[in-house]
Amino acid sequence: MLIRRPSDIRPSEITDKDLYLTRRRFLRGAAATAGVLIAGGLDSRLAFARGERLADVNKTAYGKGETPNSYEDVTTYNNFYEFGTGKSDPSRNAGDFNPSPWSVRVSGEAEVTGEFTLEDILAPHALEERIYRLRCVEAWSMVIPWVGFPLGDLLKRFRPLSSARYVEFRTLYDPKRMPGQRWPVLDWPYVEGLRIDEAVHPLTLMAVGVYGEVLPNQNGAPMRLVVPWKYGFKSIKSIDKIIFRESPPKSSWMKAAPNEYGFYANVNPEVDHPRWSQKRERRIGAGVFDSKVPTKKFNGYGEQVASLYSGMDLARHF
Amino acid sequence: MDLLTPGIIRRVWKPLVFGACLVPAAELALGAFGIAGFGLGANPVETLLHGLGKWGLNFLLITLSVTPLSWIVRAAWPIRFRRMLGLFSFAYLTMHFLVYLILDQGLAWSFILEDIGERPYITVGMAALALMLPLALTSTRRAMRRLKRRWTALHKLIYPIAILAVWHFWWQVKQDWREPLIYALVLALLLGSRLIRRQRLRHRAEQSRAHRGPAIGLRRGQTRTLI
Repeated sequence: MLIRRPSDIRPSEITDKDLYLTRRRFLRGAAATAGVLIAGGLDSRLAFARGERLADVNKTAYGKGETPNSYEDVTTYNNFYEFGTGKSDPSRNAGDFNPSPWSVRVSGEAEVTGEFTLEDILAPHALEERIYRLRCVEAWSMVIPWVGFPLGDLLKRFRPLSSARYVEFRTLYDPKRMPGQRWPVLDWPYVEGLRIDEAVHPLTLMAVGVYGEVLPNQNGAPMRLVVPWKYGFKSIKSIDKIIFRESPPKSSWMKAAPNEYGFYANVNPEVDHPRWSQKRERRIGAGVFDSKVPTKKFNGYGEQVASLYSGMDLARHF
Repeated sequence: MDLLTPGIIRRVWKPLVFGACLVPAAELALGAFGIAGFGLGANPVETLLHGLGKWGLNFLLITLSVTPLSWIVRAAWPIRFRRMLGLFSFAYLTMHFLVYLILDQGLAWSFILEDIGERPYITVGMAALALMLPLALTSTRRAMRRLKRRWTALHKLIYPIAILAVWHFWWQVKQDWREPLIYALVLALLLGSRLIRRQRLRHRAEQSRAHRGPAIGLRRGQTRTLI
């Protein structure tokens, strides 16, 4: 694996100048933004109701030429064990889940830590639409028009220390509101993690919407990760904790079956799941008689991300 | 009035049960053609594959519960449904297999052979279905007559088949083993009841033998050996 020498540069020196904010100023700024929004009542971005359209979404070239799956496919065929392990369970069971108010606890190896409201988190970020392919570890795939912003832009605001080599994310743990958590099918709360260079890679998205609308509960409202070159389970949903870490966090799936799910979980047709082939995938939305399509390494994003793993044995670091 | 005479079973109950056994297939067929509001969801191939597999397994367990049911009701009429139920299980599992071959794998033989050789849960499932084939072929009255005692021995294969089938189900779930666990428990109950019954019958036979024989120096339950 790639081991970086600790940087001699102080973390504050590599932070963008305009992000040179103390925590106090960070909060004050966010509060002011929120105040303006409430007073003006113009921006509906922060009022999280189902199916509400997101305002001011910039279109991007990501996924040009791809045909997205239908809204119905995207919102009724989900793996979100917090609401049940069947594919249609999340859309059936997540209706009453209210992701508002929402706050995110940031801790670990960063200068700016603490509890932030969702409004604080989102305020400075311009939203963009990106059409990404999603490849599930179960060998099916979809194309989804996400709305969000680069995760790196958010992480930078917390001014990670040079010791922050990894970022851990956690899903809300609340068995009352997430009925799937009442059974220990996984070690709750759901934990996922990225190496810091993966986390700040321009492709890595923090999504708050899909199809131009506020993220439905079953898709991970109010805020979820989208890491398009990794298997879907890496794209953790309903995030309420971000922890900067020195060592790699152990994800829920790694704990559940360490021989089947690794930390990296990069889409890779050359490395099969111990119980099934990863060479091909079923495109959701294709006809019943359409055959599976070959899976591409890094889900076809190799040009952008392969360099992150140069020199690594991806069969070992699966 | 006896509603369970052989004639009424043949003319009334069997057609009714036959129709009921077709319901899951009909539901999938309606879904496949999008008739009457039925659908197969976002992943129709998976819905067909899993639906047929699960119903094949359901019918397998239902078939295995026929004999214990006949003990409970102390009557032979349940046995009259056993062949039909077993054949429905075979039919559903064959369709499950065909959906796998044609729709899931698209008849890509290199992938299929790799699956059979390298994916244990597929190997196990295929073995179960392969073992079922001779049972289906010898399900006729004629085969029964011709094979005589060997027929009973051959059809005992249903026990390992059921174990393989539940194992196949268990092995392919990603993490949530609650449902396969239920199947495993039901199977354990069905097989366990047979063991218990056999044990009890043997015990009873020994007892009556012990009573009849010159039971000098032989305690109850002790086996007599010929020297």
